[in-house]
Amino acid sequence: MNVAIVDYKSGNISSVINSFKEVAKDKVKIEITSDINKIKSSDKVVLPGQGSFKSCTDALKGINGLVETLNEFAINNKKPLLGICVGLQMFADTGYEEVETKGLGWISGKVTKIDNQNGKYKLPHIGWNEINILKDSRIFKDIKDKSHMYFVHSYEFVPNDKNIVSATTNYSSNHVCAVEKDNIFGTQFHPEKSDKIGLKIIDNFINL
Amino acid sequence: MLKNRIIPCLDVKNGRVVKGINFVNLKDAGDPVEQAKIYSDGGADEICFLDITASNENRDTIYEVVEKTSKKCFVPLTVGGGIRSIEDINKLLNCGADKVSINTAAVQDAKLVMKSSKKFGSQCIVVAIDAKQNGKKWEIFTHGGRNSTGIDAIEYAKKMEECGAGELLVTSMDRDGTQVGYDIELMSKISSKVNIPVIASGGVGNLNHLLEGIKSGRASAVLAASIFHYGKHSIKEAKEYLDSKGIPVRI
Repeated sequence: MNVAIVDYKSGNISSVINSFKEVAKDKVKIEITSDINKIKSSDKVVLPGQGSFKSCTDALKGINGLVETLNEFAINNKKPLLGICVGLQMFADTGYEEVETKGLGWISGKVTKIDNQNGKYKLPHIGWNEINILKDSRIFKDIKDKSHMYFVHSYEFVPNDKNIVSATTNYSSNHVCAVEKDNIFGTQFHPEKSDKIGLKIIDNFINL
Repeated sequence: MLKNRIIPCLDVKNGRVVKGINFVNLKDAGDPVEQAKIYSDGGADEICFLDITASNENRDTIYEVVEKTSKKCFVPLTVGGGIRSIEDINKLLNCGADKVSINTAAVQDAKLVMKSSKKFGSQCIVVAIDAKQNGKKWEIFTHGGRNSTGIDAIEYAKKMEECGAGELLVTSMDRDGTQVGYDIELMSKISSKVNIPVIASGGVGNLNHLLEGIKSGRASAVLAASIFHYGKHSIKEAKEYLDSKGIPVRI
């Protein structure tokens, strides 16, 4: 089996690479690539994302054929894909960071700024927070409810269909921190930075 | 609920830890990778390396340290010390650092904070502020505390937030190394002025100081070096203590 981590030159993905390699050991091949042929032929895809919604979508669109390839992989062929942080946010129809920006449109909804309640809550939401698991997601196998995950973000994904939400976290309000829609998975938190429990989520995804 | 973070800091010089943990079971007491791993296994919420390498020819040693550490520790890793340019930041992030902490270069050129937070995202840009009390005000110092600037620390903190810093690491130079506790007034003044997280640093001598930093200093995270070295307190003890006092921590 091989897993492709999409390297579309947006943000720092070395921690994602390190964590997947740590979990995969020699059993699974981890490929870091923006080559659309390699992505097409892989069994699973990881879509990381750092920086703003706009900078990430711009970078994705900047690589010829990449968005089409991801669409084919996740929507037509229904192969497993994991979006992390802005990688998850890009599943939405529209993002409202900097300017209104079109997303991948895989999961209907929008990405908006967390309400800081007039300065009561500091942004970014940085640090360890508990997740409330709402439904059995396959990537949460052996993960306990109220586990701590590491977050760094100022924007939240607001999907229209609440049934795809697999976990929420409380900061200012209960916001979405994990989704599962068929073969598409996403986490707002960073499993690659969430210690052993985060590595377990990565392990679950690799072993889907 | 978001937890308050405990961040052990390791001073690294020429790729070796100075003032590290003095545990008997350490194979190599000067190995930053092994020490960082002990901290992350012990429940540290993040790890911080401060590179205090003075000579230019040895500056590359930190990259190797970061690269090795990031393959063993899966909690956030912040690296500070001697960062001057976008290129320095890029190199550290590529080696596996999750955040960089910029001190002197941010004072000299606020544009570096603006540009780097735009390029890499605010989440990885920490601005380190070294401040010393001067009457009723606090003044910023640079170059590891050697050079005075005349800049007001609280105004500067606000400016750095506007430039795109994701967090502020505030060190009281009056308290650093004294073990008498954080400068609570400085921490709370900065924390109430900005809407980004503040990490308190400088002066921790016991577990109650950590509590004060969070409760009275309103810090989102507390950084400490010496109380965790030499086995005086473990991260676990610190967390259990804070938990018993009603502070939300990750246990």
